[in-house]
Amino acid sequence: MKFDWILGKRSVSEAQAQFSFTRRSFFLGGAQLGVGVLLAGRMTYLSVFENERYSLLAESNRVNLSLIPPRRGWIVDRAGKPLALNRTVFRVDIIPDRLVDQDKTLDTLTNLLGLSSDDRDRIERDIEKSSGFQPVQVAEHLDWEKFAALSIRAPDLPGVVPAQGFARYYPEGAAVGHLLGYVGAASAEAYKKTRDPLYLTPGYKIGKDGIEKILEPRLRGSPGARRSEVTARGKLVRDLATRPDIPGETLHLTIDAGLQAYAARRLGENSGAVTVIDTLTGGILAMASMPAYDPNSFSDGIGRAEYAALTSDDHLPLVNKALQGLYPPGSTSKPSTSLALLEAGIDPNTSINCTGSYRVGNAIFHCSKRRGHGPISLQRAIIQSCDIYFYHFGKMAGIMPLATMFRKLGLGAEYPLPVPSQRYGTIPDPEWLLRRYKRQWSTFDTVNTSIGQGYVLVSPMQLAVMTARIASGNAVVPHLMGRNNPGASLGINPEHLAFVQKAMGNVVNGGGTGHVAQLPVPGVQMGGKTGTAQVRRITMSERATGVLSNSALPWKFRDHSLFVGFAPVISPRYAVSVIIEHGGFGAAVAAPVARDTMTYLFDPVKAMATLVEQEKTWGGDIATRMAKKEAGYALPVAPLSTATDNDEDTA
Amino acid sequence: MSLIPASLRSFSWGVIALIFALVGFGLVVLYSAAGGNLKPWALSQGVHFIVFIVFALMLSRVPERLWKAGAFPAFAAVLALLLAVELLGAVGGGSRRWLDLGIIRLQPSELMKLTIILAVARFYDMLPAGEIRGVNALWPPAVLIGFPFLLVLTQPDLGTATMIAAGGITVVFLAGVPIRLFVSAAAMFAAALPIAWSQMHDYQRNRVLVFLDPESDPLGTGYHITQSKIAIGSGGIFGKGFLNGTQSHLDYLPEGHTDFVFATMAEEWGLVGGVLIIAGFLLLCRWGLRVAAKAPTRFGRLAAAGLTTTIFFYVAINLMMVMGLAPVVGIPLPLISFGGTAMLTVLMCIGILMSIERDGKTSRSGFA
Repeated sequence: MKFDWILGKRSVSEAQAQFSFTRRSFFLGGAQLGVGVLLAGRMTYLSVFENERYSLLAESNRVNLSLIPPRRGWIVDRAGKPLALNRTVFRVDIIPDRLVDQDKTLDTLTNLLGLSSDDRDRIERDIEKSSGFQPVQVAEHLDWEKFAALSIRAPDLPGVVPAQGFARYYPEGAAVGHLLGYVGAASAEAYKKTRDPLYLTPGYKIGKDGIEKILEPRLRGSPGARRSEVTARGKLVRDLATRPDIPGETLHLTIDAGLQAYAARRLGENSGAVTVIDTLTGGILAMASMPAYDPNSFSDGIGRAEYAALTSDDHLPLVNKALQGLYPPGSTSKPSTSLALLEAGIDPNTSINCTGSYRVGNAIFHCSKRRGHGPISLQRAIIQSCDIYFYHFGKMAGIMPLATMFRKLGLGAEYPLPVPSQRYGTIPDPEWLLRRYKRQWSTFDTVNTSIGQGYVLVSPMQLAVMTARIASGNAVVPHLMGRNNPGASLGINPEHLAFVQKAMGNVVNGGGTGHVAQLPVPGVQMGGKTGTAQVRRITMSERATGVLSNSALPWKFRDHSLFVGFAPVISPRYAVSVIIEHGGFGAAVAAPVARDTMTYLFDPVKAMATLVEQEKTWGGDIATRMAKKEAGYALPVAPLSTATDNDEDTA
Repeated sequence: MSLIPASLRSFSWGVIALIFALVGFGLVVLYSAAGGNLKPWALSQGVHFIVFIVFALMLSRVPERLWKAGAFPAFAAVLALLLAVELLGAVGGGSRRWLDLGIIRLQPSELMKLTIILAVARFYDMLPAGEIRGVNALWPPAVLIGFPFLLVLTQPDLGTATMIAAGGITVVFLAGVPIRLFVSAAAMFAAALPIAWSQMHDYQRNRVLVFLDPESDPLGTGYHITQSKIAIGSGGIFGKGFLNGTQSHLDYLPEGHTDFVFATMAEEWGLVGGVLIIAGFLLLCRWGLRVAAKAPTRFGRLAAAGLTTTIFFYVAINLMMVMGLAPVVGIPLPLISFGGTAMLTVLMCIGILMSIERDGKTSRSGFA
């Protein structure tokens, strides 16, 4: 046959076939035994030699280790009154990865929780941004009924996680926004960097700005852990063991909560900052910058309209003006200039004749009083805020004594504060000018600097420090926590200090420009200095036709209104600086704010009565006004840059 | 003469005891898999077993010659059923593989595992011994095996199709066909693998890929293998104790009562329990091969050895699968896994084996 070559054909007998079967079935039995031994061996390998590894895996299957997020440390003021605390809240989150039908789930949630379209917008945006496994907050601060209604339905809504947790709460709201910062969910980038599983815990917040951000390590605490037995589908069977969390540290600030809130409210509808420093310790009692954001709404996840209302406001609510706003100090620098002149050996009794204008080279400089002060000496130059006096003697002393004194008093300096950013401004001198603008220093630069204009830029915090240093004669260093350090003596002649302090006392109480700032508290006098800082150049032609009054100008071209002060005049305790952006004449706007803020420290009841009356004319307190602004946010206003942004160095 | 009637003595009590032991152990495992409940599995499995063992004992009374006579008609009938479900399934748009018989949903493909053995054995029984090396010894079994194999493969049920082919080929091998044919066939099979790969469904390919590297897909297809190995490995030598398995009780082990019942068992009874079950099945196979060796007829020998191998394939494929030595195919562990179909098939095998054994005894003792 033709297949013989394959089949090897040969005749096979019945006996041979029987024998062949016996051999082959024996082989089959052997193979079966072999497989049996192989399986037993494999099983031995798995259960004996790999036992440890698989036991661990089985255990990690069974036991779900969930983190108990630590309660964040409180932030309290000098008296222990909470500025930031934690409240128990019912919340709902979404784990985007586990969502099955996003639109349907969001529809259900919208119905169930009554979410606004703005909320929904934000949630959808957050889901898009999230890295999938990161929880996105749907709602916080739910009432019990809504929370219960949702909890019942949660099993049918994969990816929706109702939970009970803690939320940061700031009782003073926007008044402490810039001071404390805010907290928010950790970003996907932050998680990728640290791989901290805590960052994925729904509702867990980390500091995002201000003290909350800088002192995050101290505020955070350590998470607890809950070991529980769970099924493959994540259903809890029983709790095995729980290790409680260790709450974060309570931070004691030097802030006076009442004063901080008062100062913020007193700023009213203005854009500005109020800083109050304890002249003996350097402790910051208040550092208000308004308008501000409400850290409570930031912590909750901010809505689109609310955010737009903040970003498009030309009053820049997102900028902490006390530390990041830079302004020409104007006349508020005159006490410092005076100290520089006295230290440089200029006799305070020498007077010059103020005619209202002063020629330097080709340029003519003007006095704030256009008709001139007549013959004037240093004491009256401070009291009346005469520019000509300072032009003349500033030019005579030269720039270096001025710049040195400014720096000695803390202007142009960066302070060791727990804040994410502060700007330290500019104290110009020839070396700086050459480096920055590649030109030689000339006399008119000195003249400009002598009245706090030109290149001089300072922050409200620096002004407060300057005032505290003049008031105490010590190198007061501002701080927010601990450290009751009066600072070393500045080494300024005490007679010179007393001279300037007396002059400042007379600015307010001796018929000077700051008489508005007289305290309505019997027996307590405030010393101070007004300032009006030009933000635009007044041209010759305008001066010829008459300088436009501030009220005739658009808001952003109006002068900044400033005031620095300390009280009591005898043995000063508190130093204050106030700046109202584009507020106009210093004595008119900033001085009353400084007066009322200082009044609060000596007679809170009286101060509060004044404020309540004023707030009625502004349309309610901060929260009410902010809510109104957000609601009425319909016409977006293009953000404007402030005139102070032209020249500064940033810390 | 003993007190027990000859008709009762003629049952193979040793094997019956072994089967009861295996099924009993299986019921204990199913009881635990249900979290310490008779329902839903242990009780129903027990009832099925009682019905099936009685049926198997009835089969054991059927004389061998009737099996021989019925082999081809039964094969034709089951093939027809296979075709029928195939067409019904095509009409219904789904993949119906079973017929509802009331007490049990019967898969014709399951019956085919058994009838293919009988049919191929019957063929070689008919073939004159002298022709075993001729081409006539090859093409009829190829046809017999090829049709059901292809039908089941298109269901698609790779596991069952493989078992049908393997059972049939085993009988061909035992019948005495030259060894070199198997070697060259294996070579051709290896050559054909790429073609088979291209014909596979995506999920089948995926299973093979994941089998090669289970960790590549720990939550998808590889999940079964991974969790099964964890269950077996974490059991250790003596196991975690009855009702103390976490993998099965907390649902980490999928199908812990059917295909992966061995892992459920191993977690609680450890290596000891596993070796006992493996030894039990080896004993069953040894008995089956002895029945084959003692069988007086060629049909009896081939059928007995083939049926034994079918039981062996069930056990071997399932255990290799749960231990991560083979890809996941849907083959249950007979007598232990919950589900009537595999138990029925295996008990029918054993019934026919006992019937062949009886014939051997009676013919030797000079009756019949």
